[in-house]
Amino acid sequence: MIMLFGVFKRPTKGIVLKELILKEIDDLIIGSLGITAFISLFMGAVVALQTALNLDNPLIPKSLIGFATRQSIILEFAPTFISVIMAGKVGSYITSSIGSMRVTEQIDALEVMGINPLNYLVFPKIIALLFYPFLIAIVMFVGVFGGFLASVYGNLVSMEEFVIGLQDTFIPYHVAYAFIKTMVFGLILATIPSYHGYYMKGGALEVGKASTTSFVWTCVGIIIANYILTQLLLS
Amino acid sequence: MIQVNNLRKSFNGEEILKGLTATFDKGKTNMIIGASGSGKSVFLKNMLGLFVPDSGEIIYDGEALNEMEIERKSELRKDMGMLFQHSALFDSMTVEENVMFPLRMFSKMRRKERLERANEVLDRVNLVNLNKKMPSEISGGQQKRVALARAVVNYPSYLFCDEPNSGLDPKTATVIDNLIQEITHERDITTVIISHDMNSVMEIGETIVFLKDGKLAWKGTNKEIFKTDNQAVTDFVYSSELFKKVRIAQNEGF
Repeated sequence: MIMLFGVFKRPTKGIVLKELILKEIDDLIIGSLGITAFISLFMGAVVALQTALNLDNPLIPKSLIGFATRQSIILEFAPTFISVIMAGKVGSYITSSIGSMRVTEQIDALEVMGINPLNYLVFPKIIALLFYPFLIAIVMFVGVFGGFLASVYGNLVSMEEFVIGLQDTFIPYHVAYAFIKTMVFGLILATIPSYHGYYMKGGALEVGKASTTSFVWTCVGIIIANYILTQLLLS
Repeated sequence: MIQVNNLRKSFNGEEILKGLTATFDKGKTNMIIGASGSGKSVFLKNMLGLFVPDSGEIIYDGEALNEMEIERKSELRKDMGMLFQHSALFDSMTVEENVMFPLRMFSKMRRKERLERANEVLDRVNLVNLNKKMPSEISGGQQKRVALARAVVNYPSYLFCDEPNSGLDPKTATVIDNLIQEITHERDITTVIISHDMNSVMEIGETIVFLKDGKLAWKGTNKEIFKTDNQAVTDFVYSSELFKKVRIAQNEGF
């Protein structure tokens, strides 16, 4: 919390901040598109396959495959599972980059120059991760598309049945719920790794240790926040 | 001028600075020397405001650092340049961007003007054609010169150097020392240098402050340091074989 207060004090020059934010959006969001889309495509396919392989009762309609794929991807897989992956990819990057700056006195250099290092380094990351829901929206689409490909081209269900399943009892609030979760996870992804990088002590070895610790605590934060938000928003 | 009065700083109950008092003159290269663990770096970090002293005061041209509002401290820091021991260049920026950084943050100069000033100081530290290189692509000596260029690019009133020639070969170390002294005289800067290197001390130490166990043990010039009978200073100075030989030669009348 003390770190967060520091982040918003003594702001950096606007034009510099704008460039930093754009760079962070590129590094953290656009740079993660490839891997998250790849994972979600195959995870969507696996969810569809698993559902189809467990459907042996003839009374249950095949359209359930589309329904189950949509629900799993939107409610949990895209926001939560991808956030855990992002804790590894983006979280470690944030901790190690800030930690390396601490070790090599670059943060001290900023401070000596009269710049608020927390605002300069952490604020752009928080703002960049406000765009995290856009990434998750793409992940949702690709995940469902992966399920569609596996089901239809794997001859598990017809295209019409899959689409009927996709549209069945669709509740728009579930998408809103997923995006609210995503926003909170984005904040966790920006702050916990930054904290571990900024306040680390020691040398290069400790940067590695700080990255691991940050990954663990970011995952813990995401899992606990997921439970609390699900209780608050869905029950 | 920087005046330090009765400065004390402890870490985990261990007192590192024990009532340190010193003065650093304007337009001179003021050197802080002393053995490892004597409190030099802690002293410097207190002066820079990176550490908060337990007691005592640091006065920058009549203004006490501990009485300044945070905004005034930020303003003062814009008037400081710092050359870190390991250069502390921003490794995501090119040489040119590193040097222009303080101007970009605090001046209203256009990019072209910033670039002109950066080239001027890079030229001053004898670095040409390296503008687009990343810090990892240049040598340690070149990194130190870039860091020096960054420290003086906005013409600060105070320049701090933490072991500016550690890890450098003697020739490059002399170049860096001379640059610091020349810039100090040219711009009338209050320069404070931490050093272990007796060659540097002899070369550019216009005022020398010797620390021992967190206290001021001796103060003088590079001319006086060989004549002092202060045991702590002579032990430090003549721990070097070269200076031992110099003393023997002096005693033998050479």
